[in-house]
Amino acid sequence: MEKVFERPHALSETVFHYCPGCTHGIVHRLVAEVIDELGIEGKTIGVAPVGCSVMAYNYFECDMQEAAHGRAPAVATGIKRVHPDKVVFTYQGDGDLAAIGTAETVHAAARGENITIIFINNAIYGMTGGQMAPTTLPGQVTQTSPYGRDPKTQGNPIRVSEMLATLDGAAYIERVSVDCVKNIRAAKAAIKKAFQTQIDGKGFSLVEVVSTCPTNWGMSPVEAMDWLRDNMLPHYKPGVYKDTTESGKEE
Amino acid sequence: MSDKVLMKGNEALAEAAIRAGCRHFFGYPITPQTEVSAYMAKKMPKIGGVFLQAESEVAAINMVYGAGGAGARVMTSSSSPGISLKQEGISYIAGADVPCVIVNIVRGGPGLGGIQPAQSDYFQAVKGGGHGDYHLPVLAPSSIQEMVDLTSDAFDIADRYRTPVMIMGDGMLGQMMEPVEFKESQQVALPEKDWATTGTGMKRKKNIINSLFLTPNELEALVLERQKRYEQIAANETRYDMVDPEADIILVAYGTTSRIARTAIAMAKEQGLRVGLIRPITLWPFPFEAFEKSLADGKRKAFLSVEMSTGQMVEDVRLAVNGRADVHFFGRTGGMVPTPAEILEQIKLIAGGNK
Repeated sequence: MEKVFERPHALSETVFHYCPGCTHGIVHRLVAEVIDELGIEGKTIGVAPVGCSVMAYNYFECDMQEAAHGRAPAVATGIKRVHPDKVVFTYQGDGDLAAIGTAETVHAAARGENITIIFINNAIYGMTGGQMAPTTLPGQVTQTSPYGRDPKTQGNPIRVSEMLATLDGAAYIERVSVDCVKNIRAAKAAIKKAFQTQIDGKGFSLVEVVSTCPTNWGMSPVEAMDWLRDNMLPHYKPGVYKDTTESGKEE
Repeated sequence: MSDKVLMKGNEALAEAAIRAGCRHFFGYPITPQTEVSAYMAKKMPKIGGVFLQAESEVAAINMVYGAGGAGARVMTSSSSPGISLKQEGISYIAGADVPCVIVNIVRGGPGLGGIQPAQSDYFQAVKGGGHGDYHLPVLAPSSIQEMVDLTSDAFDIADRYRTPVMIMGDGMLGQMMEPVEFKESQQVALPEKDWATTGTGMKRKKNIINSLFLTPNELEALVLERQKRYEQIAANETRYDMVDPEADIILVAYGTTSRIARTAIAMAKEQGLRVGLIRPITLWPFPFEAFEKSLADGKRKAFLSVEMSTGQMVEDVRLAVNGRADVHFFGRTGGMVPTPAEILEQIKLIAGGNK
């Protein structure tokens, strides 16, 4: 009998600790599928963040380093500068990448550091129980914006892909979503292209994945997907924000 | 090879690191250690190495963590305020057992403080600095030659015990010029870095560099294993220098201050006073053995800790003496350097029973 579906080799057998309905599982799988398809597991080194995906080092089968909160791009820089022939990626959430680690993110992009970042944007701090994130939408209720985020006193959300696309060192920046099969397939294509950008030595690549957090949004997984489509995607529009690769020039 | 060259401390240290096999340096400019970065920026590209000026001290130490975890001999260098910023990374590096070398060319503090020499980061260096149960081996040279010699030792200690190691100089050592000789480095057998993130090559199980352990008994076991390594470091790597340990008055000083103390000792001798010196070369592990040797004759003695601080190492001197002798302190701070005459005055007060 032909096997038509199996666990990617680059994904370990460790059971995910993620909540029911969380999209981390989907994105982990996409990253692992891409590593398998590119045949790079043996030469890939991943960097895990602090946040819900803090234990990502248990889920991928490649070598992994765990970074301090926000420092993954700096850690990845150190690894890549030692092993320029290896594939180095970070997997980070919005608090990690766009709040405490903003400087590390911006400067890794500005240097054109030849690494790949998978950026999960679910507009909330999940691990600590649902506090306001740098990407929390105006009016969005969280534990630390209990009356809804008021931009006058709590500031405005950051559009990371648009911001990083202004930097000369960024080679490939795309925002995707994993709310439906079609978008999941598009997300995988983007992740694959980001890794390929690095393999081709083009420079910094980042894929922002607009994601859900049913637990801390206080919704069922289905309601969360609807909320994402109705609220997140209008603010964080999917699309290619920067593409200096050959295929990008043709488009 | 035995030719001596006249070099500035910071540049000699950088050259010594390169000769010890360091090919990755991540830094950020700060006075009075910037010449380390400048030297690395000039030399590394010519020898296939990496110099990277990071966006912050925080980023630099995390690049060190990445590079050290990936198996490289790696160094960063800074001065007091920058070392404070690196403390988060140093704690993670210690917690993940990643070898690396961190240089602190100390200036006056707290806060921005000043840019003149100081030894007021002693507590930060030897008592933790960052959070958690860990230690840094801290090497404190007193001349540029010794700074050069200790640099290769620092890398070897880091690799042998899988620990971050600090070289602590002061602004004086970083900035002054002295003749130095770069000796042929002795190849010592070091453990293979089979734990490093080099890519599995599909030939081995994955390596994980990590300091997160949520199960308390697992974390306790790892911390206790590290303590065992610290005991080995204390047993094998403690370094100190002694002059006349049988003397009734013993000065305790390290780095630049120890050189001034030697001048004060010579001046005291001319006035008929016999004064000895204990010079810790490793600040952690602290050379308790030197004090045991000095106290072994059972005579009544006095120890005088001389520092460029308001009294930090003196606490370890008290621990070492443990009530068996009088312990005195003299220090200047804020970038002020004690003079031999000031130290001699203290010696005379102690000798006359007036202190």
